[in-house]
Amino acid sequence: MNNERENEMSETKTNSLASIAAARTPGTTAMGVGLEARSVHAWFGQKHVLSDISLDFYAGTVTALIGPSGCGKSTFIRILNRMHEFIPSAAMAGEVLLDGKDVYRAGVDVTKIRLGIGMVFQKPNPFPSMTIKENVLSGLKLAQIKINNADELLEDCLVRAGLWSEVKDRLDQYGGTLSGGQQQRLCIARSLAVKPQVLLMDEPCSALDPGSTLRIEETIRDLSKTMTIVIVTHNMQQAARVSDYTGFFLSDGGPGELVEAAPTSHIFSNPKDKRTEDYVTGRFG
Amino acid sequence: MSTLTDNMPKEPLVPNKLSTPKPIKPWKATPKQLLPDFLGAIVAVVTSLVVVAFSPMAGILGFILTFIVISIITAASISGIRQDRKAAANSVSTMVIYFLAAFVLLPVVSIIFEIIRKGAPGLSFGIFFDDMSVTASDAPLSEGGLLHALVGSLYVVVLATIVSIPIGILTALYLTEVKGRAAGTVRFFVQAMSGVPSIVAGLFIYAVWMISLGGTYTTAAGSLALAILMIPTVARTAEEVLKLIPTDLREAGLALGATQWKTVALVVIPAARSGLITAVILGTARVAGETAPLLLTIGGNDAMNWNPLSGNNSALPFYVWKNFGLGTETGADRAWTGIFVLMVVVMIFFSIARVLGNKKG
Amino acid sequence: MHDQPVSILENPVNPVPTKVPEPREITTEPRLSDRVFRTVVSSGGFISLVVLGLISLFLLYEGLNIFRSEGLSFITSFEWVAESIENGTEASYGIGAMLYGTLVIGFIGLFFGFPLALGAALFLSYYAPEWLKKPMVLVIDIMAAIPSIVFGLWGYFVLMPQAEEWARLINKYLGFIPIFSMPGDFYTRSPFIAGLVLAVMIIPIITSISREVFAQTPLDRIQAAYALGATRWSMIRAVVIPYGKGGVIGGAMLGLGRAIGETVAVYTVLNLVYDIRPEIFLSAGGSVASLIVNKFGEATPPELKALMAAGFVLFIVTLAVNFLANAIINRTARQG
Ligand SMILES: Nc1ncnc2c1ncn2[C@@H]1O[C@H](COP(=O)(O)OP(=O)(O)OP(=O)(O)O)[C@@H](O)[C@H]1O
Ligand SMILES: [Mg+2]
Repeated sequence: MNNERENEMSETKTNSLASIAAARTPGTTAMGVGLEARSVHAWFGQKHVLSDISLDFYAGTVTALIGPSGCGKSTFIRILNRMHEFIPSAAMAGEVLLDGKDVYRAGVDVTKIRLGIGMVFQKPNPFPSMTIKENVLSGLKLAQIKINNADELLEDCLVRAGLWSEVKDRLDQYGGTLSGGQQQRLCIARSLAVKPQVLLMDEPCSALDPGSTLRIEETIRDLSKTMTIVIVTHNMQQAARVSDYTGFFLSDGGPGELVEAAPTSHIFSNPKDKRTEDYVTGRFG
Repeated sequence: MSTLTDNMPKEPLVPNKLSTPKPIKPWKATPKQLLPDFLGAIVAVVTSLVVVAFSPMAGILGFILTFIVISIITAASISGIRQDRKAAANSVSTMVIYFLAAFVLLPVVSIIFEIIRKGAPGLSFGIFFDDMSVTASDAPLSEGGLLHALVGSLYVVVLATIVSIPIGILTALYLTEVKGRAAGTVRFFVQAMSGVPSIVAGLFIYAVWMISLGGTYTTAAGSLALAILMIPTVARTAEEVLKLIPTDLREAGLALGATQWKTVALVVIPAARSGLITAVILGTARVAGETAPLLLTIGGNDAMNWNPLSGNNSALPFYVWKNFGLGTETGADRAWTGIFVLMVVVMIFFSIARVLGNKKG
Repeated sequence: MHDQPVSILENPVNPVPTKVPEPREITTEPRLSDRVFRTVVSSGGFISLVVLGLISLFLLYEGLNIFRSEGLSFITSFEWVAESIENGTEASYGIGAMLYGTLVIGFIGLFFGFPLALGAALFLSYYAPEWLKKPMVLVIDIMAAIPSIVFGLWGYFVLMPQAEEWARLINKYLGFIPIFSMPGDFYTRSPFIAGLVLAVMIIPIITSISREVFAQTPLDRIQAAYALGATRWSMIRAVVIPYGKGGVIGGAMLGLGRAIGETVAVYTVLNLVYDIRPEIFLSAGGSVASLIVNKFGEATPPELKALMAAGFVLFIVTLAVNFLANAIINRTARQG
């Protein structure tokens, strides 16, 4: 599956923007633009909460989104995999391109979009009525995908989520019996089983202890070799540790805007915008 | 250096900032996307009509059954062809659930329609000013009336309410304010009590009032039977209402040095007042139409009885029951008119409860 | 001179074990007004318990002689004959057929009512457009407020003619199955029709309990399912049903409890026959509650006692069903 993915990616490399990015990304194996947000706006009812966000997420990299509470980071990443529309008052404008095609185009099968763009939530939420094994494979059942090497896939996902050694002897226990950090890695494994191209994570470590956080960060680094990862975090060190790119969001009371987006080292050592500098050095936020 | 950040879309490729775009909901189906569904529906209707015309399935029932089957097949094939098996399963279940929901509404619509169709013709001013004491049971509907039943219903319901208000509200206060050790048990039994069959309440009152105390049929006995059915409704609704009163309010009262009694009486109950009234009216709506317990306790009467403590009495449900039981055409007509009046009464209580219940505070 | 300060200094060094004090008992002496208040409220709170106790006591006491004389056959025998001096018959009271009939119509009611109610609850929770939700909830609430006598008359005059036709159709095509077979053309007032009326009557309670349970389904699990590419239906199957199963079953049991205790509506559309018949379309059924109304009017004093005994059995059965249902629902409500 990875080979296939890479082939696809190398084809898109001809895309000029992607090739620039690949050339300019130090220390990462960029494989083209995985996901692009184009002039995205968001509303809840009449309230304009996100204004004109355009941001590329390169395949094979980790992009961190940082910014003060309420500036619209969660709203933004929920727009990326079409979870935004579950809020009745929600509306949006702009485009989100996956492999160059708008995920909001008319007639698209939204469940396929969500299969391609997985999501890990803030609070670990394994399905309590399912065992560890069933949890990992639940995405296949939900999307009615038939496979014949379920056990291989199970092991592969758990290994990649960094959980295999801890649960390999208790695959038939319920998901709720794991610790919080293990549950979160189980949720990551669950997202991996449907082979998404992109994985969105909304503060995946904010409910976890430092040890589990480190394990998940390792997992993120490993995963980024083969997929596009977007992570929202309030933890500057985390952003610095795991991400290749960082986007800084800010709202001055009005809709949230993308103040600056650049390779992570630049954001933390040499930001262009004064507000970014103030935020990453802890002067406000 | 600068090229690096330039690449990142800080300055977006698409020139804008000139105007904010309009909010849209791209996930809402457009008319064009709905077209296949719409065509599918038409196909389903036409096919069903054809099938019904050329097969033993006949009449409305046949059409409905055929229509359901064909719509489900159509829905499954449309989404199956346009998307995949998963989408087909989703469409089938959606269709099934829509049909189930529609069938739930059907009987209510039918009941209301029939009540109006069969009950309204018998309505006249006269029936509210006359009883059946001097009217033969097979006399036309223009003679006699149901005033005695209306008054009887008013009596039993008001008396039942007077009995159940204190008990129901005290029970709710016990569960939310005193929170005694037995609160869990009491709550469980109150829940169970709301499942007591109404006929059993009637039998119980008969056993106590008539057999053990040697009494006779009276309005009061009937209202006691209704009170048994009303108490749990009042208690449970009132408990829900009192639970909504924030704890802060109680603590504010207590912190001012008030006793619990004063806090409850002067802070909690006034704050919950309209909710508590709703609770009582909901209970009233529940018992106003009860028939079975009255059959065993109030005895029935064709004339007015103003004394609740002695003598038989009638009530609207009793009046309906009696006239239906006659088995004659006029009897049935009177019964439907009685039902019309009864439903109006119940709906009045029901609407008051809803209006009060929706008004917060 | 020297010793004195040393000994003073030594004292704190000596490991005198620090005594962990007993927790103090906090006593509040409530004012008289509060004591009165709490006593009054508590006694009010216990009245429901007392009433339930009294109901079972009185009915048991009145029916005791019958239970003694009839023994177990009160429940198992099908015969209900009042003693008559003129005819020289001896009394024999058994509610077996009525109990069986009650269960039959209760289950027919559930068979039709449960899927409809579940469908309506799912529709309201996950499918209905916003503008439709409120009016539909209103209609279902109205349904719950309709008195049983109204259902009875509607069932008799409106539903029964229709249902007889349906029964004829089913009999025509599936008559080889025993429960759909018919010995003759006696389709009126059958258990099938009574069951249909009960189905309509229990829909509101099952719908509203299911809706309450569905509303508590944790949102994060629903979102997790959607984020994994679930359709609405696969999300419901994977998240909503496992979470709400218990509550929905409890709601169905509350509906069954209501069906078992229903009197007037059933009596209007059911022909009571003291026999157990397998055919559900046949004009012959049973219902304990209807038996009581049926026999009450002209009951002899001993027969009245037998009716009290029947009432006691009915009371215990519905109480048990309700206890069980509420226990299941409460457990579901508390789960994580
Ligand atoms: N369901 C909703 N209805 C209305 N407004 C909402 C809703 N969800 C979020 N908002 C508003 O949208 C804005 C952005 O919220 P969002 O959750 O995206 O912020 P965030 O950056 O993720 O914050 P945090 O870091 O605290 O998670 C906030 O002003 C919030 O109040
Ligand atoms: Mg957030």
